[in-house]
Amino acid sequence: MTMTVEELIGKELFKVVAEGDDLSRQVTGIFCCDLLSVAMGRAPSDSAWVTVMGNVNTIAVATLADVSCVILAEGAQADEMCLARARQQGVTLLATEEPVFEAALRVHELIHG
Amino acid sequence: MADVIALTYEISPDDFTRAGEASSDVKSKLKQVGVSPAAIRKVAIAMYEGEINMVIHAEGGKITVEISPTEIKMILADKGPGIPDIDRAMQAGWSTAPDEVRSLGFGAGMGLPNMKKYTDEMNIETTLGVGTTITMIVKL
Ligand SMILES: Nc1ncnc2c1ncn2[C@@H]1O[C@H](COP(=O)(O)OP(=O)(O)OP(=O)(O)O)[C@@H](O)[C@H]1O
Ligand SMILES: [Mg+2]
Repeated sequence: MTMTVEELIGKELFKVVAEGDDLSRQVTGIFCCDLLSVAMGRAPSDSAWVTVMGNVNTIAVATLADVSCVILAEGAQADEMCLARARQQGVTLLATEEPVFEAALRVHELIHG
Repeated sequence: MADVIALTYEISPDDFTRAGEASSDVKSKLKQVGVSPAAIRKVAIAMYEGEINMVIHAEGGKITVEISPTEIKMILADKGPGIPDIDRAMQAGWSTAPDEVRSLGFGAGMGLPNMKKYTDEMNIETTLGVGTTITMIVKL
């Protein structure tokens, strides 16, 4: 099973930091890692990327690796430039106080029931 | 024979906030000319890794992208310090990235391996103290 970014937002599990420009995108998997080039090389397109890195490079990687949304876990904050780039590039940015594993597990449960 | 489209970008040194802009621009241009999403993703990943390496490890440089009906060729030329040991640099996990960029999420030592993985051809020419030119091809 899959769901769209819009449906994920609708579950209200995560705070919406920036709404992307394509909420009908599918979320087909989850990827967790803070190292940018690991995410770049391994995050599947259309996955939800869970990380604690909230800088502008996070958005660059999200765009180029073509993930469907970024979830900032552990209460990590997006800095101003990160936020500006997310809006400019139309990337959906969500946030939670929960740790990376729990955040990923929520999405996993939604996708796989 | 259809035309080859050539794009060039100047990459400024030590500017992480702009890094990735050239790759993003190429991504949108490729979309406009109708290149497949799979090929676009390969080009975007490989070029971003090369672009960010020029910012972190060299003093910026120049990227040329040539789009033909059969392939996309990226040429990344910098006047940085050069790479002393290419085989070691190509190893997953090898990195000389300084602490201040590691705290941003760089330094996994996966950039060059990603460039290799996502392109069909990759060639590195480097001379210590002179610079590095990396040529990558993604076939369409
Ligand atoms: N253009 C370059 N000029 C000089 N040295 C380079 C260049 N590109 C890469 N290197 C060297 O090769 C090493 C490995 O590069 P690679 O991109 O794989 O990893 P990294 O940049 O250190 O970390 P990351 O995983 O964030 O990319 C670098 O740490 C650096 O020493
Ligand atoms: Mg690198």
